[in-house]
Amino acid sequence: MATMTQPAGFPFGTSMKRREDPRFITGRGNYTDDIKMPGTTYAVFVRSPYAHARVVGVDLTAARKSPGVSAIFTGKDLADGGMLPMPVGWLLPNMKMGERRALATETVRFVGEPVVVVIADSPYTARDAAELVRVDYEELRAQPDAEKAVGCDITVHDCAADNVSFHWMLGEKDKTDAAFNAAHTVVRQRLVNQRLIPNAIEPRASFAFYTSASDELTLYVTSQNPHIHRLLMAAFVLQIPEHKFRVIAPDVGGGFGSKIFVYPEECVIAWAAKATGRPVKWTAERRESFMTDHHGRDHVTDAEMALDADGKILGLRVYTIANLGAYLSLFGPAVPTYLYGTLLSGQYEIPTIFCDVRGVHTHTTPVDAYRGAGRPEACYVIERMVDLGARALNLDPAELRRRNFIPPDKFPYQTPVALTYDSGNYRPALDRALEMLDYEALRAEQAAARKEGRYIGIGFSTYIEACGLAPSNVVGSLGAQAGLWESATVRIHPTGKVTVFTGSHSHGQGHETTFSQLVAGEMGIPYEDVEIVHGDTGRVPFGMGTYGSRSGAVGGTAIHMSIEKIKEKAKRIAAHLLEAAPEDIELDSGKFSVRGSADRSKSWFDVSLAAYLAHNIPQGMEPGLDSTSFYDPTNFTYPFGAHIAVVEIDAETGKTELVRYVAVDDVGNVINPMIVDGQLHGGIAQGVAQALWEQGVYDENGQLITASLMEYGIPKAEQLPMYETDRTVTPSPVNPLGMKGAGEAGTIASTVAVANAVMDALAPFGIAHIDIPLTPAKVWQAIQDAPNRPEN
Amino acid sequence: MTSISVTVNGATRKHDVEPRMLLVHYLREVLGLTGTHVGCDTSQCGACCVCVDGLVVKSCTVLAVQANGSKVTTIEGMSAPGLLHPLQEAFWEEHGLQCGFCTPGMIMAADDLLRRNPTPTEEEIRAGLDGNLCRCTGYHNIVKAVQRAAGRMGQTRDTFTIDAMAGKTDEFPTPAAKH
Repeated sequence: MATMTQPAGFPFGTSMKRREDPRFITGRGNYTDDIKMPGTTYAVFVRSPYAHARVVGVDLTAARKSPGVSAIFTGKDLADGGMLPMPVGWLLPNMKMGERRALATETVRFVGEPVVVVIADSPYTARDAAELVRVDYEELRAQPDAEKAVGCDITVHDCAADNVSFHWMLGEKDKTDAAFNAAHTVVRQRLVNQRLIPNAIEPRASFAFYTSASDELTLYVTSQNPHIHRLLMAAFVLQIPEHKFRVIAPDVGGGFGSKIFVYPEECVIAWAAKATGRPVKWTAERRESFMTDHHGRDHVTDAEMALDADGKILGLRVYTIANLGAYLSLFGPAVPTYLYGTLLSGQYEIPTIFCDVRGVHTHTTPVDAYRGAGRPEACYVIERMVDLGARALNLDPAELRRRNFIPPDKFPYQTPVALTYDSGNYRPALDRALEMLDYEALRAEQAAARKEGRYIGIGFSTYIEACGLAPSNVVGSLGAQAGLWESATVRIHPTGKVTVFTGSHSHGQGHETTFSQLVAGEMGIPYEDVEIVHGDTGRVPFGMGTYGSRSGAVGGTAIHMSIEKIKEKAKRIAAHLLEAAPEDIELDSGKFSVRGSADRSKSWFDVSLAAYLAHNIPQGMEPGLDSTSFYDPTNFTYPFGAHIAVVEIDAETGKTELVRYVAVDDVGNVINPMIVDGQLHGGIAQGVAQALWEQGVYDENGQLITASLMEYGIPKAEQLPMYETDRTVTPSPVNPLGMKGAGEAGTIASTVAVANAVMDALAPFGIAHIDIPLTPAKVWQAIQDAPNRPEN
Repeated sequence: MTSISVTVNGATRKHDVEPRMLLVHYLREVLGLTGTHVGCDTSQCGACCVCVDGLVVKSCTVLAVQANGSKVTTIEGMSAPGLLHPLQEAFWEEHGLQCGFCTPGMIMAADDLLRRNPTPTEEEIRAGLDGNLCRCTGYHNIVKAVQRAAGRMGQTRDTFTIDAMAGKTDEFPTPAAKH
C-alpha cells in the first residue's frame, strides 16, 4: 500500500483529552470485579503450596459442610464434565508439550497451581470453606532454575526427559563462526535477564453466568482479546458452541501481556457457572497474581560480538536458555524465539548472526509475553554487547553505534535474522537525543565529578522493535495457531452518527479517543458523533485484540479501510442526489460537493439518511451504509529510537539514582501525541524498574520468595524522574496510516539504557558488567570486589 | 453481626455487618460504590484509598466496624454529578491515567497530600504518593496533574474542607464534566 502523509488538520495529530476518562476519574469505571448479579456466588481456588508434588488425596468432607457453600469441584470433576487441557497457541518444530489441566489432578508443578475450586454465597464464606479443604501431597524434588534443569534428574514433564521443550536456531552458524575467526576484537558476556512478574494493578477476575432460556454462557473476564478467549475456550477447553458463548472484557485495569492468555481460572469459572446454574465470580488476590499471572523474561544468555579495528560489528553469536516455567503458556514458545532472535540485529548492519535458544521447563509459574515480549530481551543483549564492544575498543558508545547504523538509503533492509525492516533513519534520533542531553557538557561534568568521587553514568540504547503484529501467513508459517489481522465494522447510522466496532481492545491505551479522532478526521465529522465499541464478542464481529503494539497500525488500518469503502459508496449516493458523476464528488470537511461548484453539496446526514430510506439511491445499490474490513498487514512495523539514561551512583551505598532520562522515539505517524507520550512514559518506567529493582525470585525448592508487593520492587513515584521525550517521524510504508506502534517501545529501550549508564558510572572501578536488577547490594558488592579503586 | 452507622459521601448509611468485613468490601459490596478498588492484600498499592474523618486511609486495611460513626468520602463523593473536583479535572487534563484502576485511590491520596501541603514541590508530590502504585503512566503525568491541581486548590483553599468534598463541590470553579 502507498504511504499517505499524515492527514492534515483536526483532529488527527491532536492531543485531545481522553473521552474515557470522565468515568474513571469519578469512580464509574466498569471493571470485571464491579459486576454483580442477584444470586452471585464467589469462587476461591485451593492452590498447591509445593513447587512439585503428587496429589495423593483430596478430602472435601469438612469444606462441604461449611456454611454457604454451593459447590466444590476438583480436577477430576472437570475432566469428567468434559473439560479438556489448556491450549498452546504457538507450535515450534519438535516441541514437547506437557499437558496442563485447569485444575491439577495427579501432579502439581508450580507453587500456586490450582487444585480445587470452592464456590459459596460470599467471598468470606468461600474462603472459610477453602480453608477446610484438605489436600494430601507427596512432595517431590523441584527444579526452578532453567540452567540447572537442562538434563537434570528432576523432570517436569515425562515427555521432555531433559526438560528441554524445544531447541530453536536462527541464522548461519558457519558463516558467523568464520566472522569471529577473522575478528580484530571479540567481546563475550554472560547476561541474565531476570524474571519479571507483571502486576497489572487490577488483579485478574472472571464473572460468568448461564442463561438457560437461550442456552447461552456469558463470561466477563480481564482479557486483552475476548474473541481469542472465546474461540480457545469454546473450541478447545470447554467444548461448547462458539455462538452460544459470549465473552466480554469490560474496563480492564492494565494488561501488559499478562491478560492475553487463557488461564485455568476463567475456564473453571465459566464451566462452573453452567454446572451450578448460578453466576460465579472470582477475583485474584495480589498473592495469586504473583503466583499465577504468567511471568515474563527469565533468560540466561551467553553472547559474543565480533568487531573489526574500526568498531564495525562483524558478527553476533547468542546462546540463550529461556525458562518456560512449568507449562507452555499460550504464546510462551513464540516469545524467546520469533519475538527475540529476529530482533538481534538491532539498528545495525551486522553481516551475520547466529542465535540458539533452548526453551526449558522448570517448577515455576509459566512464562509468556510481558511488556515487550522477547524484544526487550533482544535489545538488552545487542545493546549491552555494543557497549562492551565500545569499551573494548575505547570508543565512545554513541560513536560506535553511529558507525554501525543501517544507512537510511538501505531500506527495505534484510537482516540476517529473517526480518525485513521496512523503513528507518536512525542517526537523527540519536543526534536529537544527544542534543537534548547536551552530551559534550555532560561528559565534562562526569569527568569533573569523578575527580570528586561522584560517579555519574551515561547509558545508551538505540533500539528497534518489530510490532504491528503481524502478517497472518508469516506467523502461520512460523507456528502461530492464529492469524494476526484485525477487523473493524464501521456503521453509519441513518442520522449520520457513527459506531465503530473494533477487534482491538483498550485496557489503558485510550482507543475510544484515538479511534474516534481517526474516524472524525477521515470523515470530516464532529468527534462527538463517533462511538467506539470494543471488548464484547456479542457486539464486535471478531477481533484479535491488543498486544504487540498493534492496535493503531493494524486495528486502526482496519477502521481506515472500512471508512474508505463507506466513502466510496457515500460518494455514489451523493453523486446520485446531486445529479453528478461519482468521480466529480469531493468530500471535504464532512460535505460531499461537486468539483468546481461547492454550493452544491450534501452532508453525511443527507447521504446516510438516503442510504437507509433507499427511496432515492442509485439503481441496483444495496441500502444501508456500513462496512466490515479485515486488515492483514504485509509486514511488521519497525519503531526505533534513541534513549539515554543518566544515573548517579553513591559508591558508599551502591544506590543508583536515575537523574535524567531522554527518549527520542520514531513511532511513525501519531494520532494523539499526549497518549503516545503517556505510553512511552509507562514503558520507560517498567524498563527502568527491570534495570534497578524488579525481580521474581524462587528459592531452591521452587518457593516464590517475591510473592507480594512487599518483596517485589514495583517502582514508586519518588524513584523516577520526569522523562524528556521527543520524536522523529518516519512513516511506516506498510500501512496507509503510516503508523508503527508505541506501547512497548519504552520498555524495550529503557532497561539496557539504564544498565549501560550504571556500567558507565562504574567504569573507573574497572567494572564492565553486573547482572540486572542493579540493586544497591549488588552494586556495592561489585565495588568492593572491583579491580580498580579510584583514588579520590 | 454488628450494627454500624457511617456517613458516606454525605449520606448516613446504617447496616448490620460481619465484624470481619473490610471497609472496602462494605463500600463496594454493600453500598455498591465500586469506584474504590482493591489492587493488593498488603496495603501497598493504594487503589482502595478513601478519606475517613479527614485522613486518607487504605480501606482494605480498615474494618467496616472501625468506620462506625465516621465520615467517609470515596471517589464518587469528590464531586457532584456533572462537576469535577480540581484533582479530577487535572488528572483528565494532564493524562494522569491510562487504565484508570489506580486513579480513584491516587486522587484520594493526592487530595490528602494537597490538604496537608497546598503547594508541594515535585519531590514532595512524589514522596506524598509513596503509598500508591501505578503500572501504566510511569507517574510523570500524575505528578503533573497534582501540580496543576495544587495551583487551583490554592485559590479555593478556604472552602476546601471535608464537608465541601462530601457535598458542596459546586463551590469549586470547575467546568462541568462532559460525559
